[in-house]
Amino acid sequence: MSAPASESATPLEGATPAAHSERYATLRRMLREPLSILGLILVILLFIGALFAEYITPYSPTAIDVKARLAAPSFEHLLGTDQLGRDTFTRVLYGGRVALQVAAWSISLALSAGLILGMLAGYGPRWLDNALLLLFDSVRSFPTIMFALAIITLTGPSLNMVILVIVVTSIPVYARIVRTQTMSLKEQEFVLAARALGTGWFRILRVHFLPNVIGPLFILASMDIPVVVTIEAGLSFLGLGVRPPTPSWGSILGDGYAYIRATPWLVVAGGVPLILTTLGFTFMGEALRDVLDPRLRRTV
Amino acid sequence: MLNYTLRRFGLSIVIVAVAMSILFLMIHLVPGDPVTIALGPRATPEMREAYRARMGLDKPIHVQYVVFFANALRGDLGEDVFSQRAVTRIISEQLPHTAALVAAAIGWSALLGTVLGCFSAVHRNSFFDKFTGVITVGAIAVPSFVVSLYSLLIFAVMLKVLPAIGAGEPGDPLDQAEHLILPSFALGLGWVGYIARLVRASMLEVMGENYIRSARSYGLLERTVIYSYALKVAILPTVTLLGVGIGNLLSGALFAEIVFARPGIGKLIYDMVITRNYPVVQGAVLVTTALFVLCAMIADLVNASLDPRVRASL
Repeated sequence: MSAPASESATPLEGATPAAHSERYATLRRMLREPLSILGLILVILLFIGALFAEYITPYSPTAIDVKARLAAPSFEHLLGTDQLGRDTFTRVLYGGRVALQVAAWSISLALSAGLILGMLAGYGPRWLDNALLLLFDSVRSFPTIMFALAIITLTGPSLNMVILVIVVTSIPVYARIVRTQTMSLKEQEFVLAARALGTGWFRILRVHFLPNVIGPLFILASMDIPVVVTIEAGLSFLGLGVRPPTPSWGSILGDGYAYIRATPWLVVAGGVPLILTTLGFTFMGEALRDVLDPRLRRTV
Repeated sequence: MLNYTLRRFGLSIVIVAVAMSILFLMIHLVPGDPVTIALGPRATPEMREAYRARMGLDKPIHVQYVVFFANALRGDLGEDVFSQRAVTRIISEQLPHTAALVAAAIGWSALLGTVLGCFSAVHRNSFFDKFTGVITVGAIAVPSFVVSLYSLLIFAVMLKVLPAIGAGEPGDPLDQAEHLILPSFALGLGWVGYIARLVRASMLEVMGENYIRSARSYGLLERTVIYSYALKVAILPTVTLLGVGIGNLLSGALFAEIVFARPGIGKLIYDMVITRNYPVVQGAVLVTTALFVLCAMIADLVNASLDPRVRASL
């Protein structure tokens, strides 16, 4: 499955006739590195586990079987069971679904908002730029977890709040990068030419800026996936993310922490997929960055 | 430099002020009534009124905003809903524990990270360099609260060689140090990766400079060239990173504090979230944010004093 790689590669290459073969060249270069292959395999496994959870395991992630509670791994329960007798392996698979959902929603929302605000700050009038920059810096000065705790105290825990918090705290990061890119493009000849022809600002942003700023942004976003997955797991671990009985790696770790003296298996089962996912996306993201835009190596 | 310092200081104050406003707006605009949150749904109307009056919530919103700012400037962050102790007092009791943890974490990770990064740069593309490269990426990628949980499981629950809970007996430095080992390991592991990568990259850049070539051509020992010429300069970006790092670790400490049941600012905020003690949460978040901004400012100032180009950028 090459979806993550080609998705990020497409906007970079644009719609030239050579794009197709170029994309395969990119993929081939990526696959030369053993670590990026490892990353790709881990990510593919995660997607398969999350998408086909129903077909992989016979259990329901919320079915309670009190007689079999806190069981050690066996052929019946591959990773054992939790304090309510729910099959841990099943919960790990469905937990991947939650992690991917949060990552997809929060990163695409933050990316779109960051793109718009960043281009406005970079291309708009000076006062707007200053005001937006101040807002970005202020939002960034809240440590993410603290911000989440403050807001979730008021609203109560839910997955939507987790996504909102991640979006709000990551917009400034994307917006700042888009702003810098936009500003450096602003004085380029093709933009001046477009302006001289009387092109409107909206069209200039859409046609001339968007394709140029979106490439590096996608690479950064792919490197942000592990961070987002970690935040979701962390908040669910604290009981501030998904509501029970929805499975999440964080809530499995939370249950495992509560019963750590009774069984080590819950902590192991919740932590390993989290580690493998962050490693997988990190290796893949680094490989993507090195292949597509080596200049970013300095700034990231 | 004075000009830059003043402007950077002004910017920090504005950032904290805007952050305070965002926090204030959040409390008042986000659905959910602070009174119900603090007192619970079963509170009588009289209790609600009394609480409203005591917390100043009966006044119009712009008055509350001004009062909130004025009080914060005087160092008054309100009082605990239940014990009615001053929030600033509660925070100042917890802060030293977090400071000790952050200092221990940044200390060991900076030391090991610098050594690893320097060694990797000197032996570029060797097996050791590649191995360290993988390990550092791994260290950065693994979430610190998972490291906390695993080290708790392995060293405290299974092997029982290190203490699992608390900060140690007050007045017993050895016991306290022992209680610091696991949390500071978990908190610092990712930073070993960051620092090693940064030191490696900046060492490689510095090693290509002309003055290093001159030093070599004078016939100085390679060791002298690396450690007293190159590393001295290459370490500068790390100093800046450490400023941001300390700010980040202040909030990152939360998970280590919860997992190891250590007192500290993160554990305080978490406990207060659970009991819905909103004034304490708000005060503690504000203090952490201010400290974060302060650390970033100090890092920028250090950077500007070392590199004149930075001064021109603000």
